[in-house]
Amino acid sequence: MKRILVFVFIALASAAAAAQDLAVRAGVLHTGTGETIENGAVVVRDGKITAVGPADRVSIPDGFEVVEAAVVTPGLVDARSTVGMSGAMNQPHDQDQLERSSAIQPELRAIDAYNPRERLVEWLREHGITTVHTGHGPGEIISGQTLIAKTVGDTVDHAVIVPAFALSATLGDGATGHSRPTPGNRSKAVAMLREQLIKAREYRQKRERAEDDKLPDRNLSLEALVAVLEGEMPLIVEVHRHNDIMTTLRLAEEFGFRLILAGAADAHLLIDEIRTAGVEVMLHPTMIRARGSASETANFSFTTAAKLIEAGIPVAMQSGYEGYVPKTRVVLFEAGLLLGYGVSFDQALEMVTMAPARMLGIADRVGSIEVGKDGDLALFDGDPFEYTSNVVGTIIDGRRVSSARR
Amino acid sequence: MKNWMMAALLAMWGASAAWADVTAFTGARVIPVDGAEISDGVLIVEDGRIRAVGARDRVRIPRGAEIVELDAGTVIMPGIVDTHSHVGEVSGGDRSGPIQPETRALDSINVRSSGIKRALAGGITSVNVMPGSGHLISGQTIYLKLRAGNSVMDLAYRFEDGAPAGGLKMANGTNSLRDAPFPGTRAKSAALVRATYVKAQEYQAKLERADEEKDRPARDLALEALGEVLAGKRMVHFHSHRHDDLLTAIRLRDEFGFRMVLHHTSEGWRVADEIAAADVPVSLILLDSPGGKLETLHLEAQSAPALEQAGAKLAFHTDDWITDSRYFLRMAAFGIRAGMSREAAMVALTQAGADMLDLGDRVGSLTPGKDADFVILSGDPFSVRTRVLQTWVEGVKRFDLADPDDRLVAEGGFNALTDDDGAGHLHGMGPHANHSTGAWQ
Repeated sequence: MKRILVFVFIALASAAAAAQDLAVRAGVLHTGTGETIENGAVVVRDGKITAVGPADRVSIPDGFEVVEAAVVTPGLVDARSTVGMSGAMNQPHDQDQLERSSAIQPELRAIDAYNPRERLVEWLREHGITTVHTGHGPGEIISGQTLIAKTVGDTVDHAVIVPAFALSATLGDGATGHSRPTPGNRSKAVAMLREQLIKAREYRQKRERAEDDKLPDRNLSLEALVAVLEGEMPLIVEVHRHNDIMTTLRLAEEFGFRLILAGAADAHLLIDEIRTAGVEVMLHPTMIRARGSASETANFSFTTAAKLIEAGIPVAMQSGYEGYVPKTRVVLFEAGLLLGYGVSFDQALEMVTMAPARMLGIADRVGSIEVGKDGDLALFDGDPFEYTSNVVGTIIDGRRVSSARR
Repeated sequence: MKNWMMAALLAMWGASAAWADVTAFTGARVIPVDGAEISDGVLIVEDGRIRAVGARDRVRIPRGAEIVELDAGTVIMPGIVDTHSHVGEVSGGDRSGPIQPETRALDSINVRSSGIKRALAGGITSVNVMPGSGHLISGQTIYLKLRAGNSVMDLAYRFEDGAPAGGLKMANGTNSLRDAPFPGTRAKSAALVRATYVKAQEYQAKLERADEEKDRPARDLALEALGEVLAGKRMVHFHSHRHDDLLTAIRLRDEFGFRMVLHHTSEGWRVADEIAAADVPVSLILLDSPGGKLETLHLEAQSAPALEQAGAKLAFHTDDWITDSRYFLRMAAFGIRAGMSREAAMVALTQAGADMLDLGDRVGSLTPGKDADFVILSGDPFSVRTRVLQTWVEGVKRFDLADPDDRLVAEGGFNALTDDDGAGHLHGMGPHANHSTGAWQ
């Protein structure tokens, strides 16, 4: 019996490996490096890209399944989402993106809550998104950690490629929109964050100076903040209003952490300041909604992306968090809408491929169709960003993981 | 009563000063909706109405007409009709009870709201502004023509008797399920609605039986509004998502004989044949992902082609702020993406919606004699690269992308929105009313 089981296991494993061999022929191949190849071909072996170029110069090994599509792009990368933490049903049992018990909880790990089988993860996969940065969402000063996952995998271990990428933070109205007495306003929220970062700084010093047998007690919360102070994890701050963006830049300067601005509705008012600070932006979805001038996203503009790109500021598109319908946005659509507002096709594609890949530190694996990278591809029947084109397939690590027509 | 009619007449008179000249728009691809597309077309506007439409070599341009030569590649289409929107900071029923037909959207509209400007920036010229869906009956809706005006009455379409035209907003499913006095189940929801309509029938019967003034029952604003529904004057706009709720709405319509449009119709694809057989028009919403609440888990864009193929009459709506009026064209394009025909998608943005608001003889197509409501686009209506260049209402330019103030609204930016724009989904329901289940839609 044991022998049979071992045999079955080996057979399955080798079948799986074989499934990671695939070739794709594309009428138009956008490699994500700025290059567009008419009649292109890509070969994926053991899940990695081994050849890419014009079809007549790429030889497809015998026995490889060949998939054809009118247009092929790199698998898309969603710079920031909450899918898998937040689910489509929007019932208490499928909403883990925000813990309301206190304002600062850096110890909350995304891997302890991420549901790789969530319908919204599948929804992104069906739309050509192969990598998603997801986890704790906006809504508390520090809501917890984030992770980076491929949009497949039956368990979190199979899905995740970076188990703890960043801490998710929020300033402005978003940090005070809860039912607790504190933080009740902007000043208090910033004071609380500074106090905690200073505690983390002191904790780090104590650890460094202590003899091995006299280390301070472990503190999961401060350990995560130390990782931010040491540059191991960026602090992603969801912030929209211009003065809150300036506050955030001030904090980054005081504590020297790697700051990524998220949302940033008013970024178009502060192009010079953001460029000078050398900060990256995970821009709000183009179709973010504002409820009038009282809402802190009231000044958002469809032209912000074009302005940031023109200034040379690194900018990636996020699907963000949605609390109602639609329950998630799709970065393919959010980047596409920018084509009417001063962003070129290549720039829009970069916002959902290489730009987020670089920001997430995974540009050596994903974001473009280059030899040595993961075999992640999105297949379309026409211009990927046109409303009336369809996604017709998704490939991750050389496996066809979606054939849905979306 | 007379005062506002006078004001409306004066407003129309004032605007008419600009109509003295005939204007001919030439060079665009014209999509008249009532006939085939014209590749190099002419649209002639006179006195706020459409005088002629046709190919450049087939339409005579009157001597003295102002000629506006449009760039090649531009498109003229009819003004878009949004059958379901919450622009203008609208409100209706409050939290006091589930059935409030006496409340009027009319009494809440802020005509200076940037929501109305956003609608114009999206090419929308006629819009059904509705109270929310947190009630079984949340109030009277209002049909607005997005002409300039200082009062909601300047914008209101009128019934034949001069009263502002609109429908009645009803809903079933989960949004109206709440603590008492709201219903707690679907069966209770239907029972409450049936009891209310029975009462309205009895009230009408009493009115009809009364020979003299003294025999008439006391005025009842709620039952009067329902009387207009029973008489077929006021259309029911019925918010409903799940397949069984859609059929419940049809059952109620059949029992009481009111006229009805189904709205949202998220699971329309599951009961497309039943909807078509019931001859009930559908105003659809398509969204970027399913879920957000249980009854929209199966909201699929395939409802658009499924209902088209079943033969149902189909329009779209923004449900602004659920989707922004500024990119309403996108929703019809997403219908095409899911398999709908281009022709049906265009009709769904225009004539079909106009018919659902009983405005089909005035707007919805570029038919001579109809109001000169039209949109000039930079390119194909269903391309992501296309922008709305101008929106015209009754021959008056109401949105111009070349105007910096209009452009600010169209693209967003500092101070683009007024104070309460987008609040139409929340009014009266409390600021955090059931946020997790979103009971205000």
